[in-house]
Amino acid sequence: MKFKDYLLLPALLWFLSFILAPVLIVAAVSFATRGTYGGIEWLFSFKNYGRVFSEAYAGILFESLKLSLLTTILCLFLGVLVAWSMATAPARWRPFYVMALALPFLTNLIIRIYAIRVFVGVEGPLQSALSWSGIEFDPYALTQNKALVVYGMVTTYLPYMVFPLYGAFEKFDYQLVEAAQDLGAGAWKILFTVILPNLKKALWSGSLLVFIPALGEYVIPDLLGGAKTMLYGNLITEQFLKSRDWPLGSALSVVMMVILLAIVFVMQKRGSKA
Amino acid sequence: MKPVERSRPAAPLFARCVHWILLFFLYLPIAVMILGALVVKEAGGTSFSLRWFAEVLSESAWMQSLLNSVLVAGAASFLATLLGTAAAMGLRSNEKTWRYAVSALSLTSLVFPEIVFALSLLSLFFLIKMELSLWTVIIAHVSFSISYVMMTVGARLTALDVSYEDAARDLGASSWQIQTSILLPLLKPAISAGFILSFLLSFDDFLITYFVNGAGQDTLPVKLYTAMKMGVSPKLNALSSLMFLMTLLITIFFFRSSSFRVLFEGSRRKNGSSAEEKNL
Repeated sequence: MKFKDYLLLPALLWFLSFILAPVLIVAAVSFATRGTYGGIEWLFSFKNYGRVFSEAYAGILFESLKLSLLTTILCLFLGVLVAWSMATAPARWRPFYVMALALPFLTNLIIRIYAIRVFVGVEGPLQSALSWSGIEFDPYALTQNKALVVYGMVTTYLPYMVFPLYGAFEKFDYQLVEAAQDLGAGAWKILFTVILPNLKKALWSGSLLVFIPALGEYVIPDLLGGAKTMLYGNLITEQFLKSRDWPLGSALSVVMMVILLAIVFVMQKRGSKA
Repeated sequence: MKPVERSRPAAPLFARCVHWILLFFLYLPIAVMILGALVVKEAGGTSFSLRWFAEVLSESAWMQSLLNSVLVAGAASFLATLLGTAAAMGLRSNEKTWRYAVSALSLTSLVFPEIVFALSLLSLFFLIKMELSLWTVIIAHVSFSISYVMMTVGARLTALDVSYEDAARDLGASSWQIQTSILLPLLKPAISAGFILSFLLSFDDFLITYFVNGAGQDTLPVKLYTAMKMGVSPKLNALSSLMFLMTLLITIFFFRSSSFRVLFEGSRRKNGSSAEEKNL
């Protein structure tokens, strides 16, 4: 061992004990049995996995995949346009735009969600405006619903999409755009045939960065979704904190990890080809 | 001399509109929240005052959780910076065996969904019978921060020319001397950027803290979450507004500091920068 290898040692030990070991424990617990009063009994069985793929739980998984995909697509659409607008703004404005986008992102998630709840809540501007204009509404449906979850997810994860894209748009060779303009191409044609094909790598990495955390999201659906919006992250959390069924919770997380790893693997293959 | 910027045809009006509408929707709820913190509704009508701010600042429970947050973030980012910087410098070596394990593990921790991270640590602490406390929170925060420090410092390291080390070696410096008296001073801005980043990440973290913190030892985000479950109140508005303003100040400071520029330059130089990029 060389001196430089000793520098790696502390981080390696830390990773082994607090990242690898915990994951292996979860994998092991997923094959255990739930004790009578919660807790774990080390009786090996596959039945947790049987339950994971039961209709109710598989349905929640499907819903979560759908929502994460929707979030990713919306972020892609908005992200491309915003990054394009940011990168082609006058040079002295660009750092300001980056900061304007980073600020809410750096602001604590709980605070951002709190602000959204103030906005849609009783006595909030939205409800006041609706009742002032005489439109009928259900105050409860307004404060907790799926659209709010999507809004929360998109505004939370958009920066993960915009920053890689902005980096790519920044470096883009705009002579190609000028050439396309000279040849009479419109803005959309330029975007789809000149710019985007050159940004594939950033598009893939942005999508991954949005999709992964979106699939495991717990806080946003918990606070903005109400009881009806149950997502995979909430399901897992319930098993750990409320039902005290750790083996089932572990099996659910193993399935989520496997799905994410598969997606990362496939996307990386495609991304490296791009 | 200011480098000349090449022309960049502006994005179409549609893209710029989307950009502005998005910014509007990002900031609208925050603006409403701050306004709500400033308004006092009384029998005699409404007026503006800083009353809610004063009230929330004088509550010791909130100040205790702020103190917890600062303690955790300080300790966690210090440890993470130490471990992460050492690891990033170690990765510059050519030995493949160790490198591979460390960089693979650091990448895993980056793509891990937070929820899995949180509950796997909870399981670990449960199995080794470690009582949940601020210590378990610190351990958890260090675990996810190390990778970010490695990334920040690593980006700067790849931008550094190997000739610095070669020159030092030719002059007879030992491996230890090269690391401490050549590389460390050159890495200083990146190290402080890594520290600030992990401090912010730790200070902001809700989910992982929520899982592994001891009873009655809430950090600010966790306490805010429980209070918010009860409903919306002007006092909470005031507290949240204060936290937003704090983030604003830190962000401005961070964007103006050299540490931040290092973050960007590090990755830029790798891709062969042009004069125009340095202008940013």
